[in-house]
Amino acid sequence: MREEDLTAKLLKGDRRAAAKLITTIENNPRDAKKVMREVYRHTGRAQIVGITGPPGSGKSTLIDRLTSEFRKRGKTVGVIAVDVSSPFSGGAFLGDRIRMKNLSTDSGVFIRSMATRGCMGGLARATCDAIKILDAFGKDVILVETVGTGQDEVDIINAAHTSIVVTVPGLGDEIQAIKAGTMEIADIFVVNKADREGADMAVSELRAMLDLADKRGWKPPVVMTAAIEGTGIAGLVDRINEHYKYLKDNDLLKPWLKRRAEMEIVNIAKDIVARDVAEMKKSDAYKKLLEEIVEKKIDPHSAADKIMKMVKKGAGRKG
Amino acid sequence: MEEKKIRILMAKPGLDGHDRGIKVVSRALRDAGMEVIYTGLHQTPEQIVEAAIQEDVDAIGLSILSGAHTTLFPKIMELLKKNKVEAAVFGGGIIPEEDVPAMKKIGVSGVFGPGTNTEDIIKFVKENAKKKK
Repeated sequence: MREEDLTAKLLKGDRRAAAKLITTIENNPRDAKKVMREVYRHTGRAQIVGITGPPGSGKSTLIDRLTSEFRKRGKTVGVIAVDVSSPFSGGAFLGDRIRMKNLSTDSGVFIRSMATRGCMGGLARATCDAIKILDAFGKDVILVETVGTGQDEVDIINAAHTSIVVTVPGLGDEIQAIKAGTMEIADIFVVNKADREGADMAVSELRAMLDLADKRGWKPPVVMTAAIEGTGIAGLVDRINEHYKYLKDNDLLKPWLKRRAEMEIVNIAKDIVARDVAEMKKSDAYKKLLEEIVEKKIDPHSAADKIMKMVKKGAGRKG
Repeated sequence: MEEKKIRILMAKPGLDGHDRGIKVVSRALRDAGMEVIYTGLHQTPEQIVEAAIQEDVDAIGLSILSGAHTTLFPKIMELLKKNKVEAAVFGGGIIPEEDVPAMKKIGVSGVFGPGTNTEDIIKFVKENAKKKK
């Protein structure tokens, strides 16, 4: 089916169209361009919430409970759950739906699993576009689960209005909490599995770390949850909505949109260059340059300059 | 740069909790470069079909060891048809030889019992997922 027809169906709320369009943007950047040309102007209504944290911290279960709570409050919800692709086989095991069983037949909920397909930063290349598709599809709230993160997966901060960093008791002392990276991006901290020993300690260490920070602006709250039992979830949704209201009341939505736009165009531009370079690798000139480097006739930096000149000339570029 | 991946839904309909087999197969499909969406145990036909729609999968693998395949598989096939889901469907677990023709008749295009080589399943999925547009 043509992208235009699918888009028309998407805007009417057809979930098969939404699913097919996400597949399209995932599989082919050139088609993604066609889709986004139609879809982008219909976006901007959804509240986007990112959830990040180490593997096993309970992100998927938390999303399951958050979705139920938003549904109770009359909101429709889209979920995008990102998991890693194998760097070896390119395959992926996407298991986030296991924790979201209760949601799967609710027509007000749409869940999509995505593999990173080699993309770093905690999201897949197509995640931002998939968010827009669910936005145009009419979902009120979009929850994005990043891959189980280490310390450096911070792209979510530009993709979501509100970034939640989930931690669990016993992961480390205040020195871990002071470190850079994911700890810096939280608009809300969640200490999940708060029924376990050490939860109070984790909370107070996070609060102590936050006290060291700049006092101006939004001060990230620290929320305790036990997602499996469902405790703390309503309070967490309140905090999420407060943060969204804070952005609106302080005219911070537009700066956020600009930040997101910047991340997106830079990533897309990098992608285009990467594709052109990949195309270039098929050329004889490239193979010749490789030989010359091996024979010490040219150094790698100068060779890369030559390659970029060839790319700029437009060889290999399509669409 | 087209990056088409085979996406496959792996699900356990019905009430049995024997998930070793489906995990072994899921793992093998992952290692063959596919994106495997695993939904876990105790899935209703409605849940499975809805997940297949939302995830836009090319194939669906169903594992069942409870003996309820003669009720659950027809129900799933009917819902897939009703929702115009084009994915190839295959089954595994304990499905007696004499039930296989009936399963094939309703559109379950592969049935893989205990002892199947995972290579055969990978080959089946690759060949049958291609048929879908």
